[in-house]
Amino acid sequence: MPEVSMTVNGRLVHSVVEGRTMLVDFLRETLGLTGTHVGCDTTQCGACVVHVNGLAMKSCTMLALQCGGSVVTTIEGLAAFGAPLHPMQAAFRQHHALQCGYCTSGMVMMGLDIVRRLGEPDEATIREELKGNICRCTGYHNIVKAIAAGARAMAAQHK
Amino acid sequence: MRDFVYHRPASLDEARRLALEEGAMLLAGGQTLLRDMRQGRHSPASLVDITSVVPSRIELHDGAITIGAGATHAEVARSVVLRERLPVLADLVGHIGDPAVRHRGTLGGALATNEPAGDYPAACIALGTTVRTTKREVAATEFFVGHCRTVLEPGEIIIDVTFPLARQSAYVKFLNPASRYAMVGVFAAVAQDGSPRIAVTGARAGGAFRWREAETALRAAFVAERLRDVHLSPEGLVEDLFADARYRGHLSEVLACRAVALATGPSRGALVLSHGSQFGPGGRQQLI
Repeated sequence: MPEVSMTVNGRLVHSVVEGRTMLVDFLRETLGLTGTHVGCDTTQCGACVVHVNGLAMKSCTMLALQCGGSVVTTIEGLAAFGAPLHPMQAAFRQHHALQCGYCTSGMVMMGLDIVRRLGEPDEATIREELKGNICRCTGYHNIVKAIAAGARAMAAQHK
Repeated sequence: MRDFVYHRPASLDEARRLALEEGAMLLAGGQTLLRDMRQGRHSPASLVDITSVVPSRIELHDGAITIGAGATHAEVARSVVLRERLPVLADLVGHIGDPAVRHRGTLGGALATNEPAGDYPAACIALGTTVRTTKREVAATEFFVGHCRTVLEPGEIIIDVTFPLARQSAYVKFLNPASRYAMVGVFAAVAQDGSPRIAVTGARAGGAFRWREAETALRAAFVAERLRDVHLSPEGLVEDLFADARYRGHLSEVLACRAVALATGPSRGALVLSHGSQFGPGGRQQLI
């Protein structure tokens, strides 16, 4: 069976995988990083969004082998266990941007990607940017508020 | 999903050789292929990952822009050259899928897949694009040959695609509320020689097509009013849960008018209409 190496949340990992192993299954089953979820399996819902080489991608629609040599960040990589939450995570908590929580890790990872690309976008832009992240509980209002607040907090941090 | 062998060739020649093996398929960004494989639509014996052997550069030359087949949608959408010289294409590509899909999906992959509601095929047909492969150069009008099919032969790989600059151009699509693919999309353009080109996507199962009756009507003057008496027959149009054939025909007519009006107006680009918000040149748009 083929082997793959990549850096996940700052740690170099090396493992044997099948050709068909998706990145999300590699993260969850092989590495035990179960914060990244599988919602739809049809590349629509965004519960599986992680960052690959700094860009938000859907880990259910990438082979683990395609990520050989890549740098992957998952929700677990944003703040160390016991350390203060990342400002985007803190904003999601403060604004109660979740109900069941299933979509949350994908929303946070996409929120960070939105901030990386667009800084502090307006509400309409955030809604458009969330086209590929589906939430079945909240109606999005608090998620949009949280991403805007997270963006502000991150900008303030860099000042 | 059945297991397969994964290859990441180091050269185009090696990729062509591997792609000719029994049961091999080419893998670019994989945003359609991997999804379809999970749903059992394809069961290749091997996947040949060509992302590192096809070019992704975007270059302006002699009144045309050539884009490497490996350029991701995100790269095309933010290209400075495209934003300045062919903003409609950057806009159109900036509304394919969603941001995560655009980080991975590529021009070559989108063309080779030829999804029936794809945005790129409409742009290629309307702009008179040329597709260069490892074997030949093909006009877009001959490249797409039916539902998810192209003229590509086994082992043939798209290298780059050349888009002639248009005098005027715009793209308007109306989203399917569930899939967020175009229910119908219409690309309207006036080529450098002055001829009008109208391409429609999403309306026929066979994929994007040139709407010649609309082009004929626009020959005298490229204004939306010229399309008032042009109708798209519902025969052969897609029917599904969301829209019957008559609705899709009517939507094609309305969007063609909107696209021509946008192409001749002050803010050209792509306009996305849906049941909720509208996005286009200048941000949110009022749905008329």
